[in-house]
Amino acid sequence: MENIILHKADTRGNADHGWLKSKHTFSFANYYNPDRMHFGVLRVLNDDSVEGGMGFGTHPHDNMEIISIPLEGDLQHKDSMNNVAVIKSGDIQVMSAGTGIYHSEYNKNHDKLVKFLQIWVFPNKKNVTPRYDQITLNLADRHNNLQQILSPNQDDAGVWIHQDAWFSLGKFDKDFSVQYQTKRKENGVYIFVLKGDLTINNITVNTRDGIGITNTENIDIKALTQDAEILVMDVPMTVA
Amino acid sequence: MNKLNILVIGRHPQITKTLFTLVNKMENCVGFSALTDEDAIKIFNENNIDLVLLSSGIPEESEQLIRSIFTDKNPNIKIIQHYGGGSGLLSNEIMEAMYIK
Repeated sequence: MENIILHKADTRGNADHGWLKSKHTFSFANYYNPDRMHFGVLRVLNDDSVEGGMGFGTHPHDNMEIISIPLEGDLQHKDSMNNVAVIKSGDIQVMSAGTGIYHSEYNKNHDKLVKFLQIWVFPNKKNVTPRYDQITLNLADRHNNLQQILSPNQDDAGVWIHQDAWFSLGKFDKDFSVQYQTKRKENGVYIFVLKGDLTINNITVNTRDGIGITNTENIDIKALTQDAEILVMDVPMTVA
Repeated sequence: MNKLNILVIGRHPQITKTLFTLVNKMENCVGFSALTDEDAIKIFNENNIDLVLLSSGIPEESEQLIRSIFTDKNPNIKIIQHYGGGSGLLSNEIMEAMYIK
């Protein structure tokens, strides 16, 4: 029997630091909700908006797979592995923090916001060598399709991480429907709605809602509005 | 309210120092830090540590050694893996370890 949890957008944790506005799907920083700690190995899903020219100063990470997905604007990244890069809407960035890295992230532009998702996934192996990667995705590949953007495999589509997780993005016409099949029997699927209204296994979800589904192999997705967009995160439910 | 004594153990000097600083900035927490097993054991023996945060780069055998020695001395000691390296999960982890039954 499938299990479903629904996280409505307006129940997320809220942080407003002036230069940074963030919505936390799961407990993070000063937001603590014991019922919202993680979905399997998916530990952080932050929906961030950063004012022009502002950002996160140099700070450390370790033992976490960190995925950033820009939604609007340009994000400037610098790290202790000498990577200097700008990621923009249509890109995906991944860092395996492993034994430890330092990095900073700033809004490259001074006249507009940068909006991005920051996602943290527990790794399946501790203390790996730190690694950075970013790729540009073909936006056309997600039109009425679930475009894989992340996997555990170096030779598969998208970026890869140290975890048995698969992420996909989709952008659908109104009334388009698709069935998602989980990649592993042990995995659950967390779907975050970027935009629009959809039904997921007949449950209506709206912009920025999240829905987690376990104990099922097939998930029925139907767009109720034009250009509905979702991020599908297929993750192990057990933290190693 | 008694302050929590929190020992941060890690091999990455900057990250360990950052965590130590973050712990000390938290209300009701006092931080200690160690980069080696020897220093960690010495600090543990000399202070009434409530919580141990295992940070980055600790080999499996060191973790086992630390857990064994610390638990022998204090069977109720909380020893947890700290993930993420910064402030994002720190207060959540302390809350879960110390206050959630």
